[in-house]
Amino acid sequence: MQVTRVPAKAGVSSSAKAVPSIRAGRRCLVVPNAVKEVFMPALSSTMTEGKIVSWLKSVGDKVKKGEAIVVVESDKADMDVESFSEGILGAIVVQEGERAGVGAPIAFVAENASDLDDAKKKAAAFGGAPAAPAAPAAPAAPAAPAPAPAPAAAPAAAPAPAPAPVAVAPAPAPVARTDGRVVATPYAKQLAKDLKVDLATIAGTGPNGRITAADVEARAAGKAVAPAAPIAAPAPSQAAAPAPAPAPAKPAAPAAPAKGTTVSELRGTTKPFTTLQAAVARNMNESLKVPEFRVSYSIVTDKLDALYQQLKPKGVTMTALLAKACGVALAKHPLLYAACTPDGNGITYNANINVALAVAMPDGGLITPVLKNADSTDIYQISRNWADLVKRARSKQLQPDEYNSGNFTISNLGMFGVDTFDAILPPGTAAILAVGGSKPTVVATPDGMIGVKKVMNVNITADHRIVYGADAAEFLQTLKSVIENPDQLTM
Amino acid sequence: MAASMAATQQRLALGAKQATCGPAAWVRPAKTTVSAKRNGAVIPDVILGCVPMLAGSRRVTASRAPQQARSAVLAQAASGDKFDYDLVIIGCGVGGHGAALHAVECGLKVAVIEGHDIGGTCVNRGCVPSKALLAASGRVREMRDKTHLAAMGVQVGAVSFDRQGIASHAKDLATTIQGNLRRSLEALGVDILIGQAKFVGNQRVRYGLPGRVDVGGEVTARDVIIATGSVPFVPPGIPIDGKTVFTSDHALKLEWLPNWIAIIGSGYIGLEFSDVYTALGTEVTFIEAVDNLMPGFDREIARLAQRLLIQGRPIDYHTGVIASKVTPGVPGVKPVVIELTDFKTKEKVDEIEVDACLVATGRAPYTNGLNLGAISAATDRRGFVPVNEKMQVLDTLGNVVPHVYCIGDANGKYMLAHAASAQGISAVENICNRPHVLNHLSIPAACFTHPEVSFVGVTQEKAEEMAKEQGFKLGVSKTSFKGNSKALAEKEGDGMAKMLYRKDTGEILGVHIIGLHAADLIHEASNAIATGQRVQDIKFNVHAHPTLSEVLDELFKGAHLDAPQNGHAASTVPVAAKPQPAVAAA
Repeated sequence: MQVTRVPAKAGVSSSAKAVPSIRAGRRCLVVPNAVKEVFMPALSSTMTEGKIVSWLKSVGDKVKKGEAIVVVESDKADMDVESFSEGILGAIVVQEGERAGVGAPIAFVAENASDLDDAKKKAAAFGGAPAAPAAPAAPAAPAAPAPAPAPAAAPAAAPAPAPAPVAVAPAPAPVARTDGRVVATPYAKQLAKDLKVDLATIAGTGPNGRITAADVEARAAGKAVAPAAPIAAPAPSQAAAPAPAPAPAKPAAPAAPAKGTTVSELRGTTKPFTTLQAAVARNMNESLKVPEFRVSYSIVTDKLDALYQQLKPKGVTMTALLAKACGVALAKHPLLYAACTPDGNGITYNANINVALAVAMPDGGLITPVLKNADSTDIYQISRNWADLVKRARSKQLQPDEYNSGNFTISNLGMFGVDTFDAILPPGTAAILAVGGSKPTVVATPDGMIGVKKVMNVNITADHRIVYGADAAEFLQTLKSVIENPDQLTM
Repeated sequence: MAASMAATQQRLALGAKQATCGPAAWVRPAKTTVSAKRNGAVIPDVILGCVPMLAGSRRVTASRAPQQARSAVLAQAASGDKFDYDLVIIGCGVGGHGAALHAVECGLKVAVIEGHDIGGTCVNRGCVPSKALLAASGRVREMRDKTHLAAMGVQVGAVSFDRQGIASHAKDLATTIQGNLRRSLEALGVDILIGQAKFVGNQRVRYGLPGRVDVGGEVTARDVIIATGSVPFVPPGIPIDGKTVFTSDHALKLEWLPNWIAIIGSGYIGLEFSDVYTALGTEVTFIEAVDNLMPGFDREIARLAQRLLIQGRPIDYHTGVIASKVTPGVPGVKPVVIELTDFKTKEKVDEIEVDACLVATGRAPYTNGLNLGAISAATDRRGFVPVNEKMQVLDTLGNVVPHVYCIGDANGKYMLAHAASAQGISAVENICNRPHVLNHLSIPAACFTHPEVSFVGVTQEKAEEMAKEQGFKLGVSKTSFKGNSKALAEKEGDGMAKMLYRKDTGEILGVHIIGLHAADLIHEASNAIATGQRVQDIKFNVHAHPTLSEVLDELFKGAHLDAPQNGHAASTVPVAAKPQPAVAAA
């Protein structure tokens, strides 16, 4: 354990100096003495590389000899590293959080202001971000709602032909702030920085239009597709988004035209399927061999919406709530997540309840990430898992097990204002639930009064070889009771 | 004297804040013939139950000292019977309680006057309940840190908590400790008088409760100790509504968990609450008037603390600004609006909207209504009672007011519970004609965040200043928790410790620790400073392996003196430096 102040063994050395072996090659770039390199120091005998914990000076700051300029984490400790020379910190090559081998240059110190450019050039030569740490404008957000690659058009996907995207989830329309200020919570700001999301492009759904962490996450998840307009989002995938809502009426209209942009180019042409589309088509044909039938049900969602509002700040999404609700309901109906054997002679009961939710891919595909053990995983974990799955689905990093292990599927078109629709049963499963939008509806209450409740229509498609009408109806009855008494979802 | 200091420190260290279970040895240094006589029937070490040491350790002595000893002393004091009591203590917080116990041990007849709750701020609205919140929320944080647990091969399911359960734990703890304190006083025969006290004369105090005729009265005492403590300080322009804008008093009740809270002030209190709140899912915005967070802490420690306690948590901050105007909101309906004004230019720079606002800008002495005029004294501009180093109250001309002492937050010397208790003991020593001056630089301080921060003595900045002024060479020894086996076993390698010492004499000037159990580790250093041990004295001490205490072992071993020690024992020069700026017990 090294103790005491480390007079930065590395520190700064004149770059003109002869330098040991390997890096000698690079040396030639250097203007003698005017610009000096700061090396990653060896803080212990076993240290081979170090991580920059934080820069205590920023580019442009004056640096004195012996002054601590950077904190380096070694295999043993975090140490302040002092500068060996005096000047101006011209450029930082290795940013906070990044690693560098011992002896590698991590920054350049210019002797005086006129050498600053040299320092930056050298830094650039090393591939470091020259100077200005103030450049995060990059992710500035797709200001122009890029023609979303109309994923909704591809109604089915390879492994699980869910006929529709799955965004689930009711959420209130974001409240626009009248004063035009951007109010974001501390965590939302951090996330925005990490996920490179521009806060200005997000409409907050928190109190007074405040941007919460969930808003940022939703935005990041839907970023590829969804532009600022928080609801219109073509992103059928918005599963992760808390946004698209059961207040579906309005989003419906804008959604469709948004993707029409490329239509004219396609007029009069024929394009062969992509591999993914071909797979979807095959699966669709396959599904014709299954005797499907459908049962629909209306469910009141006022309490679920209230619960969602309450949990939203904790990062819980409506998708997660629906998945959890199905998981809980399925637990009592093993038949609904069973499968007919391939030879059609028996029923295979599954051990776990794995709920798959269809997510449209930005490039037109559709994938069904799976929330495993949806009945026994808690709602917060489900939400986190889902955010992670969606993120990785978009970057195509899902493991096969993460998209083909589902044994019950949910498809949601609620955010488009769809009342009710039919889903096609993914082969190898017993049922798929099609979720429509939740909207205020005049209902007769049991006591003979007329009231307005938010009602959502769900429609289950099942394999009649194993699931019969009563089975499906009983399941829906259970699901209704779960959604209408949603408190158990948080347990 | 050194021996008695050692004993005092040891008791303080043990008693400071923690309850303890297990055997406690009571070692009494032979001091004077009087005490030797009183100790005629010395009871051997007693196994204590699980009671707070403050109460517990003295209870042992209490059971042996009481009546005959008291009369002995009273007989000595010829005028003893002229007064109702030998000592009346105004205020029964940790300071007053500590003073009362020591006074009984010294054979005095004691009464305390308490106008609110036995135990004062620390027990009811401060250190004690906040530790309960920190313990519970810390557990939540730990169990939700899946990567940390997974690194040790532990998997947990969903971790949830019950806010009311946590709040009740804090309340129950405060009630328990309050009961313990009360019983410890009653058992010793200390009279507990209820009411707010005011001076009628140097040795005469009237007490009562507003609107109550059934309680109150007037007592006389040979000596009086003021130990009235403090209340949260609220800067002007901030209306406290107790719901959306509140102080630590309300926050400790944990009545609700806002989604986003602004904490004004990033000292101990603010930091500890940020630790509680973020663990329970609340996002935090710090508002700090100074340019750095955590003013008053050693800069390097503060920097690391910022990395461990702020970055990576849902916390952001505004520094160099004051909350010039706060408009309370309605929970869940209307946000709290806070206007931020530049500390230097006094210009409005920003406005933030949050769900709640915790004002943690320090504490103000609670000295109103004492009627200090009756003893020709007055509080200073900020409300503190001026005292000399013997804790004797000074009058407006700077002369000692006979028979009146002031300890704890009310004198503002060092606003920590255990400092108040130490000052109380010191005051009682002086009352008993055994002149005593407390070395405030030996009083440890701790912040119970996760990980904890603790220190004793001066900061590196201060030490460097001293080195320059006094012309000595400053030694700095540092070590990291990353190299400690026990810390690594816990996968808690974050943290560091550093020691500041004189390279010529080996005197320890300060020790600062941030890391796992830092608050418990600091006492080896504070005791060394209190007893005047130098680096070279403690360097060869042995620490069990593997324990966190080896962090300090490394620290001591990493210190190197300049000149060879040729046995000059008189090298420990007391350091003339002020302690840290007044900080409140968290």
